[in-house]
Amino acid sequence: MLRFLARRTLGALVIILLISAITFFLFFALPSEPALMSCGKNCTADSLAVINKNLGLDRPVPVQYWHYMAGIFTGRDFSAGHCPAPCFGYSFANQQPVWDTIVDRFPTTLSIALGGATVFLVVGVGVGMLAAAFRGTWIDKLFSSLALLGNALQIYFVGVVALAVLVSGLHWMDNPAYYPITEDPVKWFTGMLIPWLVLSVIFIASYSRMTRSLMIEQLSEDHVRTARAKGLGRSAVFFRYAWRGALAPIVTIFGIDLGSLFSGAIITEFTFSLHGLGRLAVSSVTGTDLPMLMAVMLVGCTAIVLANIVVDAAYALIDPRVRLA
Amino acid sequence: MTAFLSVRDLSVRFATEDGVVRAVDGLSFDVERGRTLGIVGESGSGKSVTNLSVLGLHDRRTTEIEGRILLDGQDLTTAPESVLEKLRGNRMAMIFQDSLTALSPYYTVGRQIAEPFRKHTGASRREARLRAVEMLEKVGIPNAALRVDDYPHQFSGGMRQRAMIAMALVCDPELLIADEPTTALDVTVQAQILDLLKDLQQQTGSAIVLITHDLGVVAGTADDVLVMYAGRAVERGTAREVLRSPRHPYTWGLLGSMARLTSPVDEPLTPIPGSPPSLLDPPPGCPFHPRCAYVARVGGDRCRTERPELPEGRGAACHLPDGAGKGRTR
Repeated sequence: MLRFLARRTLGALVIILLISAITFFLFFALPSEPALMSCGKNCTADSLAVINKNLGLDRPVPVQYWHYMAGIFTGRDFSAGHCPAPCFGYSFANQQPVWDTIVDRFPTTLSIALGGATVFLVVGVGVGMLAAAFRGTWIDKLFSSLALLGNALQIYFVGVVALAVLVSGLHWMDNPAYYPITEDPVKWFTGMLIPWLVLSVIFIASYSRMTRSLMIEQLSEDHVRTARAKGLGRSAVFFRYAWRGALAPIVTIFGIDLGSLFSGAIITEFTFSLHGLGRLAVSSVTGTDLPMLMAVMLVGCTAIVLANIVVDAAYALIDPRVRLA
Repeated sequence: MTAFLSVRDLSVRFATEDGVVRAVDGLSFDVERGRTLGIVGESGSGKSVTNLSVLGLHDRRTTEIEGRILLDGQDLTTAPESVLEKLRGNRMAMIFQDSLTALSPYYTVGRQIAEPFRKHTGASRREARLRAVEMLEKVGIPNAALRVDDYPHQFSGGMRQRAMIAMALVCDPELLIADEPTTALDVTVQAQILDLLKDLQQQTGSAIVLITHDLGVVAGTADDVLVMYAGRAVERGTAREVLRSPRHPYTWGLLGSMARLTSPVDEPLTPIPGSPPSLLDPPPGCPFHPRCAYVARVGGDRCRTERPELPEGRGAACHLPDGAGKGRTR
């Protein structure tokens, strides 16, 4: 297990490094001049050169990349002063330290993604198991139809409908907003509830359908029949054998879906005007804000890669054949 | 006095997309304690379906069962699921063909053996584990105390089948149904497993139903034989009677299509022409008549129109007069 984790971590580092390099060099392929952003109205060629020098943009791109990456681990000295590690530089757009902005925004996106994932895993898998247990009855048919409907929906549609009905129409809830969980867990929960539900709708649909078919497949497996032949009760057979067999593929698919979960969280942010990484990513691209863009990319990639390692480790725990192979 | 396991007029039908399949049609047989009944037939002859329905493991939504299955006088066809759960794995147990798929890959062998023991005897985790080790030793797994914590995929095929036997026998069942227990194994391992089953039967005196398509297995293991074709019993007798002087043309065919050590190597095997009939639409009369070479000898349309009955005790469900097949046997 340790060797497995070590190998995966090493691989993850390589992936993150590659992505950072590609992002960095692609940025300089853009037909834009970041220094113009800081130059203001009365921009001359001279002041532009000074800004470029201050930002370090006058050096060769590989050197800039090296300074950037080294700064993350060792800190960096700018003309304005020292930037301690982890130093992702200062935003071209507002001259604020990038790391502070990330620390401010990341919890919002993480809250949406984690909460949404919890909701859709619990509800989606639960509904799928119910449908499988009551296969062929009205319960199954109802859930299957709802899943088809849910599959056809989109976040930006469901989000607006949820706002119109739950907030403006019935006044059941306040506008979604982010409060740090450390300050007020209740407010955090109620503020995130609508985004979670909206983000999870589409996933619930696909996870319930997937779970249903996996469970039905498992229930016809030989080892499930053996469990029945041993005299085990219906629920022991259902949960201990069939559900255990369905778990591994569900975890695998969840690992694959992590990317869409992250992008779903970003769309959700936009829908509810929450200030998370997604908004930051888009504004840094349109504003040619290299340090911010790099930081968003790195943090996002690291989160997804880490989550993938966790999923793989979970998979190994679930299936002894993987663990011992 | 009925036999320990007594199946009477059993019919099993299930609904498929193409229509209703009559998988078993009017089947009757008895098994006594301490005896082994070999049920022989081709794939799709209804052997496995019969025995799944004895344990009540058929799919209740699609399967319709008629007739009676009496275990020690208790009718299993009308018994509620809760009663069957108490019997399964306890008084009646089953060994399946493919031990790789029939054991769960997610739990240790020991846990899977201990599970029915705990369920049926209320034993503690510790006691059940000791029992699992004891059972593994009994079925000849070396280092049982260590191997008990292995997962099925860490066992070889033969060891897995032994583990499955240990699991089936953990509560000392009085009825053991073995569904092709050796089909997936090497020939040498096959013989070991069959010997093991016989040894264990001598210790516990349980009744065994051995389902197989392999007449060699029957010859070495079974006391009595029931030959099935298209969901019906076509011949019944002791193993010696059926193998030495078979009376049904289908049994002749089965024996003729088997290689023998005593025959010359270049003597070709005689396969049964054609293939088993569709159970969606079984042929009228004797279900074997489309493949039977002896229809002409019976005369008239009897084979095509009249269904031959299997007499009680020794006999065959065939219109041929007794003795007509003499000389066909080897």
